[in-house]
Parts: sequence; C-alpha cells; structure tokens
Amino acid sequence: MVAFGGAGRPVHSRVAATGLAFTFYATLSIVLMFLDQRGNWLEYARYGLSAAAYPVQLAVDSPSAAWHWVQESFATREALQARNDALRAANRALAVRTLRIEALEAENAQLRALKAALPDVAEKWLPGEIMNIELSTLRQRVTVNKGATSGVFKGQAVLARGGLMGQVLRAGPWSSEIILITDPEHAVPVQVLRSGLRTIAVGQGNAGVMTLPYLPVNSDIKVDDLLVTSGLGGVFPAGYPVARVIEVGRDPGQPLALVRAQPLAAIDRDREVTFVWFKPGHPAAPAPLAATAPQRDFAGAAQSAPPKPKPAPPAATPATPPVTPTATSPATPPATPPATLPAATPAAPRGEDAR
Amino acid sequence: MNARVSEPRGALLLSAFIALIFQVVPLPAWLSIVRPAFLVIVVLYWSIAAPRAGGLFLPFLCGLALDVFRGAVLGEHALALVVVAYLAIRFHLLIRNKPLFEQALFAFAALALYEFVVWCIDGWSGHSLNSGLRWLHPVTGGLLWPIACGILSRTHRPR
Repeated sequence: MVAFGGAGRPVHSRVAATGLAFTFYATLSIVLMFLDQRGNWLEYARYGLSAAAYPVQLAVDSPSAAWHWVQESFATREALQARNDALRAANRALAVRTLRIEALEAENAQLRALKAALPDVAEKWLPGEIMNIELSTLRQRVTVNKGATSGVFKGQAVLARGGLMGQVLRAGPWSSEIILITDPEHAVPVQVLRSGLRTIAVGQGNAGVMTLPYLPVNSDIKVDDLLVTSGLGGVFPAGYPVARVIEVGRDPGQPLALVRAQPLAAIDRDREVTFVWFKPGHPAAPAPLAATAPQRDFAGAAQSAPPKPKPAPPAATPATPPVTPTATSPATPPATPPATLPAATPAAPRGEDAR
Repeated sequence: MNARVSEPRGALLLSAFIALIFQVVPLPAWLSIVRPAFLVIVVLYWSIAAPRAGGLFLPFLCGLALDVFRGAVLGEHALALVVVAYLAIRFHLLIRNKPLFEQALFAFAALALYEFVVWCIDGWSGHSLNSGLRWLHPVTGGLLWPIACGILSRTHRPR
C-alpha cells in the first residue's frame, strides 16, 4: 500500500504530500482516460483488469446462482415433468419448422441456380450465462461468463431466446461485456420483413422499447411488422429477428414517422445467451467492412451510435417512393430502392448486397 | 508509539470490497435508481476517519475497479473519487468534529461533486446524458451517511 506522508512528519509537510499525491493520481486518471478514449492503447490493460475483476464478478453473481441452484434442486417431479412436456412439444414444433426450412433452402438454392444448397450461416454456437446485468437509462449492458479463452471476440453477435440480443463490447479472458441492442449507444441495421424496407433501430435505454428514427412519414411500415437484421454494418448476419413494431405515429407535419418496436429477445428476463460464429463466405454473413480498417471502438462501425435523432433527416429519406410489398423470406431480401437506406450509417459497408 | 500499527487497514480493505459488491450487484431498475454510491461513501468515511490508512491510493484503486465493472472510460470514476477523497482528507479534522447531521450534509455535497465529475466525463467521452435520475444518488447517499458511519465506526478504535 502506498502511503504518502509518513506519520512522523510535521503537519504542513503532510498536507503538501497529500496535495502532491492528489496531483499525481488526478494526472494519472486523466492520462488513462485520454489513452482509453483516443485509440485502443489500453486493450491489454483492460484485458488484465477484467481478469482481475473476475473473482468479484463471481462473488456478485453467487447469490443469484445459489438461488438458481436451490430452485433447480428442489424442483418437484411434477414441475420437471411439465417442463419436460413443454420442451418436447416445443422441440416437435421446431423440428416440423426445420423440415420446412430445409425445403425452403433447397428451393432457394434452385432459384439462385447454385450448385449446392448453402448450409446454415451460423457455424458454431456457444451458450453463456449472464453474471451481471446493468439495465439503466444510460447503459444497457450485461456480463456473461464466457470470454476470450472460449473464443469470444469483440464485435461478435449475441443471440438470446427469441431474437438478437446484442454484440460483444469487450472480451475478457473468462467473461465478456455485451452491449444490448436496447443500449442508447447502440444501433442495429434492420429490415422490415414484410416490405423489405431497410432502416436502423436505435436503443432507448429501456429493455422493452427501440425506436426507428430514420423513417419518412410515408414509409411502408405497420404495427406488428417483424424487423430482422439486414446484414449491413459488418456485425450481424442477415435474417435474424430483432423486434416487432408496436407503434407507428404519423404526423403529416413532420418529415419523419415515429416508430417504436419491442425487442423479441427476452432481454431482461433470461439468464442464458448464445454467442454465434458465422461462416465468413456465406451470402447471409455480415458484409465485411474495409478489410484493412482496424477494429474501431464499437467493433462494427455501423453499430456505433448514429447521431441523435435530429429533426434534419438524412438526405436520402424524404423522397422515398413507397416500397412495393414483396413476400420474401429473411434470407433473400428483395432489392429495395437504395434510397431507403438512411445515410446515417457512418460507414457505408462495401459489398452490401453480396447476394 | 507507532501510529502506523493502529491504522485500520484490514477493516478498510474489507469494507471497500463489500461496498464494491453492493455497488455492482444487479438490482431491478427502479431500485438501482435510488441505490446510493456505497463505495464513495466508504471511501469518504475512511478519508475522514483515517486519512493516512488508505491515502489517495485506495480511492484511485476503488475508482479503477468501478471503471472496470461499469465498462466506463478507464480513469473516470478514479478521477472523481480521487477529487472527492482529496477534499475529505484535506478537511478531515474540520469534518470529523461536526455533528452527524452536518457530516451528512458534507457527504451529500461530496457525492454531488462526485456525480458532477462523472457527468462531465460522460459528456466529454460521448456517452448519453439523457437522464436526470443520476442526481438522486447523492440524496440517498446523504441519507445513508449516518447509518454507514454507525456501522463503519465499530470496525476500528475511535481516535
């Protein structure tokens, strides 16, 4: 322990020593902030610190983990039986749907005249368990008990039951921090499944709501529309469900519609998440950004928060022709008029339509 | 007479650790709005009661730990805590002799200053500042001060 100012020294020199220590630590903090903020010079320090923080995270998580364990071990036979039945039913339903998906994939491949049917875009899954949750209006983050030693990397997509959950913000050795799609600093490029309309869904700091701030008043969107990832932006692959539209407000006096959507992932209710690895060459895989560009602060450039929804709309949006609704499957988005792509995406990804 | 031997280092470290856990343990949203900044209160207490036990190193370390857990810019909470702790150490003789109520007022002011520093750095580093609810933390912290004093003063001999 560093102790500036010994006990035996006279009072005034001790005061001076405290002042000196204050200057030292304050300067150190400011230098740290600059290094951390400008450029990623502290990546390794962060990695080490998050390793050091792991025991405390375990301690913080232990009460809820213990409660979970008690619940599991004292679950009655009937409850287990009921859950087993429910799971079996869900599994059967999923199996039936998978059959259908295989048929659709085959059809899709034929339609594209590809030689062989493409395999699923996801290559590998890793379940993780939430250790710590921070759901406030400023930050929507969770800490999960899988880290770089399990192969988790910065910018990786994370799914939860129901839909997209977020992406990895920092990967420590044994734990990682995930920024949720509802974080006010997070934005997901999405697509309306019904109409193919592309836009960006921004978090609100509320686990139940996201907004779509860049849609013109006359855009083709309705309540109950399903939003899926559009595959732009280089982080999330195309076609994963994100949210369902719950409110469309159209004020003819305003250039932009007020659209709110509810995330499909059980963000504040579930303990388990899934890390996903994608096949790089797959058409539905996230389009890579400029290959030489170093990883930015928020991994995918398009995912870093777009500017606050200002009244001035992105140049391209006001004169959007109504998009013709086309029945489509998530893997094959129709060619939407490029005008619907908001200019708010900071870095327009290259090769956006690899399909 | 060696003054160093009587420094309550163990109690200090243990209380800081427990406060850190209280500060980062997940709570429901409505409860985390009013959650006082436990770690700041503990650091304040030790800065006033035993300024030489932790010095400014302990506040710095606690701040860094908070930064890591909160995922904030490294040094953000560290700077805020060092500023607050410095003021507390500088005026510890003055504050220590005041009645508990005035101490609580001081704790409120110090917590508000802490929150202000964090708020400034949040703005500088491009985080969103859209919530006024953060200013509730100093109020609950000030209310907690007498209780925290009562608990923490039992862990070491009065001086």
